[in-house]
Amino acid sequence: MDLEFTDELRDFQREVRAVIEERLPADIRTKVERFLALGKDDYHRWQDILAERGWLVYSWPVEHGGTGWSPVQGYIFEEEMGRARAPRIIPFGPKMVGPVICTFGSDAQKAKYLPPIAANETWWCQGYSEPDAGSDLASLRTRAVRDGDHYVVNGTKTWTTAAHWADMMFCLVRTDTEVKPQEGISFLLLDMRDPGVEVRPIVTMDGGREINTVYLTDVKVPVENRIGEENRGWTYAKFLLGHERFGIARLSESKARLAYLGEIARRHHVGGTLLADDTDFMRSVAETEIELTALEFTELRALMNAEQGKAPGVEANMLKIRGTEVQQKISGMLMKAMGYYALPHVPEAMEYGWNEAPIGPEHASGLAPAYFNMRKTTIYGGTNEIQRNIIARMVLGA
Amino acid sequence: MNFSLNEEQRLLEDSAERFVRENCSLDRRRALVAGEPGYSERSWRQMADLGWLGVGVPEAFGGTGGGPVETMVLMDAFGRGLVPEPYLSSVVLGAGLVTEAGTETQKAAILPAAVAGELKLAFAWVEVQSGFDLFDVRTTAARRDGGWVVDGAKGVVLGAAAADRLIVSARTSGGPRDRNGIGLFLVDREADGVTLRDYRTVDGLRAAEVALENVAVGDDAVLGDPRDALPAVEAVAERAIAALCAEAVGVMDVIVRDTAEYLKTRKQFGRPIGTFQVLQHQFTDMLIASEEARSMTYVATLRLGERDAVARAKAVSGAKHLVGRHGRLIGERAIQLHGGMGMTEEMAVGHYFKRLTMIDIMFGDEAYHLKRYASL
Repeated sequence: MDLEFTDELRDFQREVRAVIEERLPADIRTKVERFLALGKDDYHRWQDILAERGWLVYSWPVEHGGTGWSPVQGYIFEEEMGRARAPRIIPFGPKMVGPVICTFGSDAQKAKYLPPIAANETWWCQGYSEPDAGSDLASLRTRAVRDGDHYVVNGTKTWTTAAHWADMMFCLVRTDTEVKPQEGISFLLLDMRDPGVEVRPIVTMDGGREINTVYLTDVKVPVENRIGEENRGWTYAKFLLGHERFGIARLSESKARLAYLGEIARRHHVGGTLLADDTDFMRSVAETEIELTALEFTELRALMNAEQGKAPGVEANMLKIRGTEVQQKISGMLMKAMGYYALPHVPEAMEYGWNEAPIGPEHASGLAPAYFNMRKTTIYGGTNEIQRNIIARMVLGA
Repeated sequence: MNFSLNEEQRLLEDSAERFVRENCSLDRRRALVAGEPGYSERSWRQMADLGWLGVGVPEAFGGTGGGPVETMVLMDAFGRGLVPEPYLSSVVLGAGLVTEAGTETQKAAILPAAVAGELKLAFAWVEVQSGFDLFDVRTTAARRDGGWVVDGAKGVVLGAAAADRLIVSARTSGGPRDRNGIGLFLVDREADGVTLRDYRTVDGLRAAEVALENVAVGDDAVLGDPRDALPAVEAVAERAIAALCAEAVGVMDVIVRDTAEYLKTRKQFGRPIGTFQVLQHQFTDMLIASEEARSMTYVATLRLGERDAVARAKAVSGAKHLVGRHGRLIGERAIQLHGGMGMTEEMAVGHYFKRLTMIDIMFGDEAYHLKRYASL
């Protein structure tokens, strides 16, 4: 047994770190670090840089523009992204639909959709949840009715992150109502500019506008935009969940946030005491750091198992549960570190380049909204209750 | 022992409930907090007409008497309604400080107008470095020309822009964290040298950063002993904490009620999600937490009259700690049980959660009061 990466992996880590540090624009880094608003342009600029090297779609096979990295190399890359305060890759194209198309897409679909994702030219969103189909996703009711060489799609998709930025949506639709719910679902690729697609923002409690409801009214989707076979969409959706197995835990981001909290603690005085000298506060920082280390090595153990070809267990579900809990905990600690200065809510102060004097400590704005926003993490991607159900079913057979 | 309200208190509770029912829809609150001055002047006058602005103020100065229990009854209702009017800042803190520390002349000059709703007050105690320590005061007040000159900066002053007068804690002697040498000064919001930077808070209220540059005030502006006003501040802060706990309990009741309703009506997997045991248990914990919070709020409220300062402080810090800790559990779980809907601005639960979170911060969060309790 050995806790350290091999020399080759350490070289790889150095290379990745050097490139990210050199190329990550300073303003974007600051925005990520301080929870300031990131615009579409910010993601575009950064993803263009990643796309130059194929890093945007690093998990794809080389033949489709990926890197051929091992899972552990992918882990190291994400780690370095978090460490450098780089924005996350918007996952819907590169990490979600891309691998599905790579695996199940026709040659024509591969040729048409993969290159523009790899080149950061088309952006995607995910049409899964519906108003009445959340945790019970298989009960989805968006209907796709075959009409010659098209499907006519009607329904409502919701909680659709970044739909307002997306060119395309991959979605689950019902193509057979006579069979068991999971067996009547198909996986379609839909152009957001098609007539009948309407995107309306959902304002979240933190004031954010990153999620949307997408109304689909008689949208004509060519049959050639269906992935794989009709009524087999659930299988592809499950593959997708399995593919982006660990990323949802966002451990590298949590490590960076915790490091940032440590920096704040070393310069922020509260009631005559440096926060870093407050033993109660530092105790919870230490607890969280230990929890993160435990999760980090749980993820690494799972990745090593995967590299050795062992069948996956419930690690992804465990990491989703605990990774999101830790994310929330850190966001709460950051907010509480500000004391009274968590209260002011000045949305303009969350824009980069806001040129007025900060209200209270410079780093305070955005921390309370981030805490409220982070509540979503234990809800999205399968609620943590559903994750626990899955683990219980796998382990207890219950 | 008796946990029932008396007849007058029950009438007060009824009228507060009616006020909330008639004035406090979420849509109306949204419109109010988005506009100016961030609350309803009509509601404020109504509160004056109902005698609520005189709670805790002696009858000799136009007050309606009453004490901690009456304040608790009102604040509980204000929590249910997410009332944006500056009751805490102007009545509990502002009028409370004048009643606690003012001379008869000052009381006569200020309290009747405050009770009538014609004059609002705000208390400026926070400074950027102060954390939750009421005695960490760097704003100074120095003798000049038979009066005083106040210099410094106060932060997160609730209800400042709406107030006619600010009550500013300022240091008249000693080091920045000495318990002695702190005075209270009445400053006109529009006085020369006073600059407000007004903003909304996360929970939809108003606060301001207040800069004080060479602000001249007379001796008649000194509230209480200019060298030893901290005891008055601490006494009023204890009452404010009890009031905030009562507000939090009102907020919790709405969250628990809304969550129960959602669990009963939202269906997934062909049945109400409230039939799933894991959600039932999470909900049950919320319900228990809200009852514990109510119990501690009663303890703090009824111990405010206790002469033994340690017993009083334990009750107050114990309540603030538990309300903060349980408030977080209740708020966070409520959002989780509401799923995606809980994240939206459209649903009430998020607004209540934000208020609960900010109440935790006011006058010291759960961690601060746990430490204080342990030190007693």
